[in-house]
Amino acid sequence: MIIAERKDLGQILKMVEGRERVLVAGCRSCVSICHAGGEKEVATLAEALRLKAEQERRALSVTEVTVERQCEKEWVRELAPLVSGSDIVLSMACGVGVQVMQEAYPDIMIVPGLNTSNMGAPEEQGIYMEKCGGCGDCVLHLTGGICPVARCSKSLLNGPCGGSQDGRCEVNRDLPCGWDQIYHSLERLGRLDLLEGNIPPKNWLPSRSGGPRRIIRASIVQGEEEKAEGKP
Amino acid sequence: MKAGSKLEAVLESGRFAVTTEIGPPKSASAEPIRKKARTLRECADAFNLTDNQTAIVRLSSLASSAVCLQEGAEPVMQMTCRDRNRIAMQSDLLGASALGIRNVLCLSGDHQTFGNQKEAKNVYDLDSVQQLMVFRQMRDLGQVWGGDVLEERPKVFLGAAANPFADPFEFRVARLAKKVNAGADFIQTQAIFDLDRFERFMAMVRERGLDRRTHILAGVIPLRSANAARYMKTKVSGMSVPDEVVDRMKGAQDPKKEGVRICEETIERLRAVPGVHGVHIMAIGWETIVPTIVQECGLVPRS
Repeated sequence: MIIAERKDLGQILKMVEGRERVLVAGCRSCVSICHAGGEKEVATLAEALRLKAEQERRALSVTEVTVERQCEKEWVRELAPLVSGSDIVLSMACGVGVQVMQEAYPDIMIVPGLNTSNMGAPEEQGIYMEKCGGCGDCVLHLTGGICPVARCSKSLLNGPCGGSQDGRCEVNRDLPCGWDQIYHSLERLGRLDLLEGNIPPKNWLPSRSGGPRRIIRASIVQGEEEKAEGKP
Repeated sequence: MKAGSKLEAVLESGRFAVTTEIGPPKSASAEPIRKKARTLRECADAFNLTDNQTAIVRLSSLASSAVCLQEGAEPVMQMTCRDRNRIAMQSDLLGASALGIRNVLCLSGDHQTFGNQKEAKNVYDLDSVQQLMVFRQMRDLGQVWGGDVLEERPKVFLGAAANPFADPFEFRVARLAKKVNAGADFIQTQAIFDLDRFERFMAMVRERGLDRRTHILAGVIPLRSANAARYMKTKVSGMSVPDEVVDRMKGAQDPKKEGVRICEETIERLRAVPGVHGVHIMAIGWETIVPTIVQECGLVPRS
């Protein structure tokens, strides 16, 4: 899932400065699970905005809403009545949600309440770890199910650098060395042989280096006629 | 001969090689490099010019290597994967060869968060193993990566680093093998204080026959103080400094002298380790001590 965290309140206040009708829009998907932009966090932020306005004796109306998935326009469209009654939308979704909202409502300013960080998973309550680098050419079958692109600080593909010690990364002692984890995973799986061969220079074209990525699944793309017929 | 460098000639002839390091300055002046090169040129076969070591912005290793060469000292140009993609790496390799630089050391590089540009975006398009593969293809097949033909091939003796003190220990020799398979003609190791662990590492190296396929130069650092020893022991990732070394430095009346003594004893022991073909002396910020060390170890004259 997508891991995000809320921006500083100061930064958020600056983005909504001078606005009187703010819609705080959360998302029930990834950011809800990582406690950054779900219903509860929307309520907390909305309350903080109201309190601040009260302290400053400003008129401010804050509306709260949380949709199923802000990354899909079908869900976002349902917000039309609320959006039209606001003069700014503070999206508590990931960066994808913010953009889908902006595409759906091009005439109103949509601003981000979160900083979107990575594709990861909860390790334990309140701790989230990046897992996938989204490189477009998965190598997990070679690396014991641990991604070197995302989990090695240098995205090395041929083993740990000289800074790996006691299973820790040289960048931060609190961070596990991804390659140490790969080594031990392959050891458990009895597949250390996979580390003997050299992985040649990676094709980064399917990654962000090839430009914004657009995937077309031809089998389900609707033709003009089907679209006109309104088939689902 | 692959490159025709002096380092290559010494190693291929079976003589014990000596390399040392010249740190480029935080300056637009080449004068510090010239000075160090003139002081040290009789002390070693070749001189490593570091590439923005610990991610601190310094005079480039390419320019420093060219200056070193002008002073009659043979450079080993270090090149990290941190700051360049494969376009820049291949281009810099051609440039280095065109300038007469004949040794290149391929490195991952210290992470940018260690240096003075913590907010930088790193590159790591290639890792050091892939860098070796690409450079060897350029030299031996006369092709850039992807197959385009070079009108003239770069003449470079290719080096890589090995760290016997990093973890997982069992993988360190396998990683060295990967570098040798990728094209490493020579290896310079992390500084050795823990000789027992290094000897275990070398036994595994010999078991795989890697000492016959590449030239291993063992790294040493002369310590200047007990604090330096403690710092390396506790703060530097991938270093092993036994308590005995820290204690000797702590108990010494003249710590600098003791540091040199430890370094010289280490070199003596390393010379006796089968498969070690040379020594790499890293006297960071204390290059002036190198002539004493090579003199007292009987490693000079070099030619």
